[in-house]
Amino acid sequence: MNKCTERIFNGLVKENPTFVLMLGMCPTLAVTTSATNGIGMGLSTTAVLVMSNMLISMLRKIIPDSVRMPAFIVVVASFVTIVDFLLEGFVPGLYDSLGLYIPLIVVNCIILGRAESYASKNPVLPSVFDGLGMGLGFTVGLTCIGIVRELIGSGMIFGHQVLPDSYVPVTIFILAPGAFFVLACLVALQNKIKNNLARKGKKVPEAAGCGAGCAACGNRAACGGHMLTSETDKKDKE
Amino acid sequence: MNENYKVSASPHIRDRIKSSNIMLMVVIALLPATIFGIWNFRHENAWILVVVTTASAVLAEYIYEKLMHKPITINDFSAVVTGLLLALNLPPTLPWWMGVLGAVFAIVVVKQLFGGLGQNFMNPALAARCFLLISFTSDMTYFVYDGVTGATPLAELKAGEAVNTMDMLIGNIRGTIGETSVVAIMIGAMFLLLMGVIDLTIPASYLISFVVFITIFGGHGLDAQYITAHLCGGGLMLGAWFMATDYVTSPITTKGRIVYGVCIGLLTGLFRLFGGSAEGVSYAIIISNLLVPLIEKVTLPKPFGKGGEK
Repeated sequence: MNKCTERIFNGLVKENPTFVLMLGMCPTLAVTTSATNGIGMGLSTTAVLVMSNMLISMLRKIIPDSVRMPAFIVVVASFVTIVDFLLEGFVPGLYDSLGLYIPLIVVNCIILGRAESYASKNPVLPSVFDGLGMGLGFTVGLTCIGIVRELIGSGMIFGHQVLPDSYVPVTIFILAPGAFFVLACLVALQNKIKNNLARKGKKVPEAAGCGAGCAACGNRAACGGHMLTSETDKKDKE
Repeated sequence: MNENYKVSASPHIRDRIKSSNIMLMVVIALLPATIFGIWNFRHENAWILVVVTTASAVLAEYIYEKLMHKPITINDFSAVVTGLLLALNLPPTLPWWMGVLGAVFAIVVVKQLFGGLGQNFMNPALAARCFLLISFTSDMTYFVYDGVTGATPLAELKAGEAVNTMDMLIGNIRGTIGETSVVAIMIGAMFLLLMGVIDLTIPASYLISFVVFITIFGGHGLDAQYITAHLCGGGLMLGAWFMATDYVTSPITTKGRIVYGVCIGLLTGLFRLFGGSAEGVSYAIIISNLLVPLIEKVTLPKPFGKGGEK
């Protein structure tokens, strides 16, 4: 598979930031009250992710290792500020409903995580596609959660009434607890599908896009050394 | 070697009492309140909601366990207790399908997803009540008695109006199906106390701390009428005797139970006096349910001979 399409597939399916890596939970839970909010948040994050991955990849030979975190933050914050102003100028409605969570994209751990584990070690083009894949994976995740919550919580999808008027909305789904219910159910569903695929003997997309070099990886704390354990599992089986 | 000298892992003492016996006794103890509620709200056809909610709790447990290939545990009556308790906590005019939704939520999400009976971290019936309260606020706070809509006595009390304490004691007032009659609830509670199913620790510490809180912050001082109205109003009695004492979600040690009871008492008082709505028993109990693991950690008894002076 081509390196670039591989990166997009990796972000969308194998290492989907929402359903597999469980990163960026704060915006995931907070802004997905409607499908529109979910897609808006996802695309804003995608834009920042692609741009920051590109710039950090370009600068990867220049940024000294000891100050790389502040440098990444400055790069990410600049792009977030741009996105913030663009949204405020062109889609004020969405800007109002996303509110504080747009500036908070700066501290979204997906962005810093990709900068640290991918963009700072790889050439520009794969980094851009890595950012694109991760961003789209995030967008798909948020939109799915948003659709389910909006449908159950208010009977609408993307602001259009789809359920009959006699439907009584279950308001809890557009409140905070609903976010946890829906996220948990969708993660369970996606694990179920993957398990079924595995049982049928098909090749399961495994989260190994980071190269699985856990022992030397700076992001081990973030992913909890997940690969490390699965590596040892494999060795045990062998 | 003689059989008697073999040492096995605990438990060493076994009893004939099983979960199903205890649950059956709780069901029997709930019957006075249930029957009174059904009679009290006969014009609202409360019996339909009670039957549908209880049946769907049992059915939800059966279907979930069937689908997940687990042993079927509907014979231990715990689902009946959950469904019945939930029904008693619902206003009589609630659409029946909301009762079904609440029962399914209680059994599947709160109880079974966490491992079934004995593993739930929160009282399933109360969690479901809060789920319904948040989801369908207007239906859940719509109270009718004898065809007349209005506020519950507790809400009138909060608004500073006079209430009839005698009516609140007997139960011919507005409210949820099972909470109105203090007398009927107390008959059931006495039965549980006499049978040794529950002990006084939790209800007593709950009610005493609640009275103390109300006396200090209620603005009426030691006004017997005001305090009695608070004690008889809302779900306080039902909560104190039947839901705070749930085995699974309350602490084991006596010390822990006192701390737990005081927690619920203070939270109930806080929610009733300073909260947005008139009632706060269900939130107080489920929040205290969440504190139980911490309480257990603090009140862990020391083994004999340990923990002396260093």
